[in-house]
Amino acid sequence: MLLIRRFEETVEKLFSEGRIVGTAHTCIGQEAIAVGVASALLPQDAITSTHRGHGHFLARGADPRRLLAELFGRKSGYSRGRGGSQMMMAPEICFYGTNGITGASVAFAAGLALNAKLTGKDRVVAAFFGDGASNQGIIHETLNLAALWKLPLIAICETNGYAMSTPTETGVSTGSVAKRAEGYGIPGLSIEGNDFELVRDTVSSLAARARNGEGPALLECLTYRLSGHSRGDQRVYRSRDEEREAWTREPIARLAAKIEESIKNPGGTGSLPVQNGQSARSPILEEIARAVEEEIASAIAFAEADTVSADDVLEGVYA
Amino acid sequence: MSAITTVQFIRNALDRALDEDPRVFIMGEDIAAYGGSFGVTRGLVDKYGPERIRNTPISEPAFTGMAIGAAVAGSRPIVEIMFMDFATLCVDQLVNMAAKLHYVYGQSCPLVLRTAMGAGRSYGATHSQCLERLFTGIPGLKVVAGSDGPECAGLLLGALADPNPVIVLEHKLLYPVRFEEPQEPIAPIAPGTARVTRQGTDVTIVAWSYMAHLALQAAACLAEEEIEAEVVDVRSLAPLDTATLVASAKKTGRVLVVEEGPLTGGVAAEIATRINEGAFGALAAPVRRLAMPDVPVPSARELERAVMPSATSIADAARDLAMVV
Repeated sequence: MLLIRRFEETVEKLFSEGRIVGTAHTCIGQEAIAVGVASALLPQDAITSTHRGHGHFLARGADPRRLLAELFGRKSGYSRGRGGSQMMMAPEICFYGTNGITGASVAFAAGLALNAKLTGKDRVVAAFFGDGASNQGIIHETLNLAALWKLPLIAICETNGYAMSTPTETGVSTGSVAKRAEGYGIPGLSIEGNDFELVRDTVSSLAARARNGEGPALLECLTYRLSGHSRGDQRVYRSRDEEREAWTREPIARLAAKIEESIKNPGGTGSLPVQNGQSARSPILEEIARAVEEEIASAIAFAEADTVSADDVLEGVYA
Repeated sequence: MSAITTVQFIRNALDRALDEDPRVFIMGEDIAAYGGSFGVTRGLVDKYGPERIRNTPISEPAFTGMAIGAAVAGSRPIVEIMFMDFATLCVDQLVNMAAKLHYVYGQSCPLVLRTAMGAGRSYGATHSQCLERLFTGIPGLKVVAGSDGPECAGLLLGALADPNPVIVLEHKLLYPVRFEEPQEPIAPIAPGTARVTRQGTDVTIVAWSYMAHLALQAAACLAEEEIEAEVVDVRSLAPLDTATLVASAKKTGRVLVVEEGPLTGGVAAEIATRINEGAFGALAAPVRRLAMPDVPVPSARELERAVMPSATSIADAARDLAMVV
């Protein structure tokens, strides 16, 4: 989670410094869902992601150097500089892509699940989407189909409070995406998405169910998008007070506090907000933080040293 | 040898593909027991079962997207879109996912999407369109169209062998037309080539799908007036076989491009431009287009006939062009 947090903070900083261009949608505050899901899945299981996918990708095992190289547009990036933040795939770790079209990847995920069913592959597919995307017709269609065909698909909705600037309450008529599951004929659960262990354990049991041939499920993970929608978002549609309050419930501090408690470090306090890597923590957490900083620094150095190549820009339209 | 319908040619090709490659499966509305709206898949579910001949609910975006995902994972899905008019529902998945998979993501997407296009059955404006233009000119997608039974089969097999997303266009009016079954099994025709279906010297008629079928009839009429028309069946709308088109233009110096869709912004415009670019010095006249007027397709039979190109109107336009000195 800390790697994701620091990666995303780094991305925002690199943008503000003009060292990377284009756009990116950071997932600060939502790390527990990405890591919880990835922790619950087996290596052969597949994940599809969204436009806000760095966290999903890193949690699955992306190389931060190649991810950052892609944001820098360099040729060793996951899409050789052609895709950017929203268009990267790594089938070798069963990560089937960040995707710039809201909701579209859920159908793709169901296709992976269908292929698994047809070929007898032992595979569960986790498809991420958000509360905004949940309103896309293709998601209603896909979940209906997945239910009819009993596909091994877990549809994971990250309800983070806002679809860009549109609050969940003004987008989702039932107020809860999980409630729609009844309409699709599948189980629907709504859980605290900032609780890493709860996410992991819930996904484990839904995956076991799917692996057992019992079909798909819809899991809504409640969280808060601490980032703006994308870079340049001035966040005029919500108050700083609301954000401050949300920071007190963020997932890394929550888990860190749990770890501290379990170590029973006399010097440890309860909740320590983690922002920009600054806090006083027990040695094991310090060690993790240090390792993360090293990995991030190495990723920046790698990406900046690599080049952009336009030599083959016309190639590869067709396989 | 017997003459069988285009439907039978296509069905036989599907049967062969399903038999030879276990990765192949078909998805679409009413394709199982019903056999498909035009009967193309009739009987296949009895032979291959409902897992491989999959009826879908009415959910084009979802099942097209699923086919794309399955294709990337190693399946060889064939999506049937009942009427090409409904392919508008598939546009996001085809344009923003399938077409980008190789260039951006580095992944092969061997999707085949088959659909029936065309007017002539009084089905009205949303069941009669030729919408090739939505998909040609989208880098990453291939589009093919057969003008007779064997071609439809060959192009379908060629599409299945292609690791890219290929849209295979069939025409309602060609479905019942009978063609001789060749002696040898039909060879797959890879996307990318046009074919000259009739040699000529006085004028070139460029067409595809049902219009290429009518163009041969028009050419037969013109031959009786001693006007020898060369007919070029475009076959592959994306990628276009510019070389074959330009070579014929240079040979006759007079080119008529026939398109069943509306005149403005169609594939004929692209073809005409390429011929202008490649054969300008050899042309006796600007490349001419014959297409439907810029109107939706009306449903009454007489109204439909009034707007669709016919063998007669093709011959008339070709004759005018052949007369240019």
